[in-house]
Amino acid sequence: MDIFDFYRRDHWPHVFCPGCGNGTVMNCFFRAFNEVGWKLDNTVFVSGIGCSSRIPLYINSDAIHTTHGRAIAFATGLKLSRPELDVVVFTGDGDLGAIGGNHFINGCRRNVDLDVICINNNIYGMTGGQASITTPHDFKSTTTPMGNKEYPFDLAEIAVAAGANYVARWTTRHVHELTKSIKTSLNKKGFNFVEVVAQCPTNFGRRNKMAEPSALLEWFKESSVRRDKARAAAVDHVDLNLAGQVTIGEFVSRDRACYHERTGGTAHGDGH
Amino acid sequence: MNIKPGEYFLQGNEACMEAAILAGARFFAGYPITPSTEIAEGLASMLPEAGGEFLQMEDEIACISAVIGASWGGAKSMTATSGPGLSLMQESIGYAAMTETPVVIVDVMRGGPSTGQPTRASQGDVMATKYGSHGDYQVIAFAPANVQEMFDLTVKAFNYAEKYRVPTFILSDAEIGHMRGLLTVPNEIKIVTRKEKGVRRTDEAYDVPDDLVPPFPTFGKGHKATVTGITHTPKARIEPEDPKVHHELVKRLNDKITNNRRDINKWEIIGPDSKTMVVSYGSASFGGREVAAKDDRIGLLRLKSIWPLPVEPIQEVAGKCEQLLVCEMNLGQLYWEIKRVALEAGCKRIELLSKIGGDPPTPGDVRHKLREMGAI
Repeated sequence: MDIFDFYRRDHWPHVFCPGCGNGTVMNCFFRAFNEVGWKLDNTVFVSGIGCSSRIPLYINSDAIHTTHGRAIAFATGLKLSRPELDVVVFTGDGDLGAIGGNHFINGCRRNVDLDVICINNNIYGMTGGQASITTPHDFKSTTTPMGNKEYPFDLAEIAVAAGANYVARWTTRHVHELTKSIKTSLNKKGFNFVEVVAQCPTNFGRRNKMAEPSALLEWFKESSVRRDKARAAAVDHVDLNLAGQVTIGEFVSRDRACYHERTGGTAHGDGH
Repeated sequence: MNIKPGEYFLQGNEACMEAAILAGARFFAGYPITPSTEIAEGLASMLPEAGGEFLQMEDEIACISAVIGASWGGAKSMTATSGPGLSLMQESIGYAAMTETPVVIVDVMRGGPSTGQPTRASQGDVMATKYGSHGDYQVIAFAPANVQEMFDLTVKAFNYAEKYRVPTFILSDAEIGHMRGLLTVPNEIKIVTRKEKGVRRTDEAYDVPDDLVPPFPTFGKGHKATVTGITHTPKARIEPEDPKVHHELVKRLNDKITNNRRDINKWEIIGPDSKTMVVSYGSASFGGREVAAKDDRIGLLRLKSIWPLPVEPIQEVAGKCEQLLVCEMNLGQLYWEIKRVALEAGCKRIELLSKIGGDPPTPGDVRHKLREMGAI
């Protein structure tokens, strides 16, 4: 497929800032999608609210841009009403881990056949740079002017603990690994979670002495540690995510039967 | 299995789930909450047998979200809850209105605010149903008063949700939901399914013009549909900054319901020429109904649907009678709406009999109030 057929060109220009990490993730996603041979007309993209949640609106397929935090719940209903459709969720750290945290952990547990891609930019970008649940400890944002006194969530580790079928985390610096993990995710049944730590130069980098997108990418490179090597260090760190290190890699790959395989679900949507 | 035509002795909540299956419901997402839980419990086995999907979600926000998602897959979808659950669902009810998603929400009302009286009836959610989500929008709400109507109006709720692409409510309560009574399942039941994009049919869903209710682009059929809660053009392009696009969209979402009030609203009148009319709905109407049946001076307008506000029948009775008594199981919610319409229609005196705590107004309560008003 031509990349220009993948996007809704009539919806350009997009809303993303120069240097945003979303474009990198979209590009990696397109490559993976194309290589596994999925069809746009058989795929529905679901998202909540936020910068990363705008992505489905630019893809030339059925798309549902829902309420803040609820994308996984919408996707669950959609997938179970039409199991033959492929359903992909694009979400962000605030959408998935803060307001939608309950749906996230229960989604992992329920194991409906969904592919969830979370673009974690460590900040609320669309609303202008407020601290999110993944803003690293002591980092600055508009709502933590003296530095973030809370500790961040580790979304990928939560997904592992909550029972997701496949969990991987990369950064926008790891495009090949990311593309491969998205491919694995698309090829696997069940609830698959890929987290991408991505740069937000406008609202995160600018307040933390990394205004240049390249500075953030450099930082990702320096801070990334493979999960198997990070384990020992992690025990001493409550602040796993980006405060010193980003653990990356494939966290888990399970083969639990997904929800509609267990219930024997069939299509009920187009019976009329 | 669909319930067969015939006579049954069922609970209100059971009549509701039987009707849902017959009306074509194939997706339910719920969360346990008294006094609606029987609906979820029943559908947990009935839906899979009917080839549908039952899902227990982590909270009511997830329920309404899953129900909307399933509706975009093309399934007739529903949830059932009570006041606290309704409060949690509100944001996505507005989303369903904005995205014109057909969904059915059964609210078996209990006493509020907050946890209140989980096992007792009330009509405290009347305004929350219509005005609970932010922004200007319309919903359809039916108010059954017995087991038969739990059945009949549930079928209608699906039909109207599909026809007008709008969230539609069954506003029942702990009395109606748990009451057992006679149900007659007719031989033929009229079922309406949504007007689909790219499909030509001549049935009722296609009665409304496309520019008022656009055809539904079911997912997975190559429509490349964009569904969003952001202000959008008729071609689904997002335009959050354009005043004209917003005005036209929100106006149409409201007009498609209010302009079709006569098609949607259902009511019953006893003694239309009485000097005093009782206006009521749901279990609050029990007392007034008994009084009106025995006393020529007293009539009853019983609303079987309350949203959109049934302006026409209220005008009709208010224009003829001397005074009007509104009976509600809240401290006065629909009363103010009815009073506004009745005053405009020329009625001089509009009183309220409100009763909260769980017991519906008795015929004695109604007579007492009517005596105060000098009506009897």
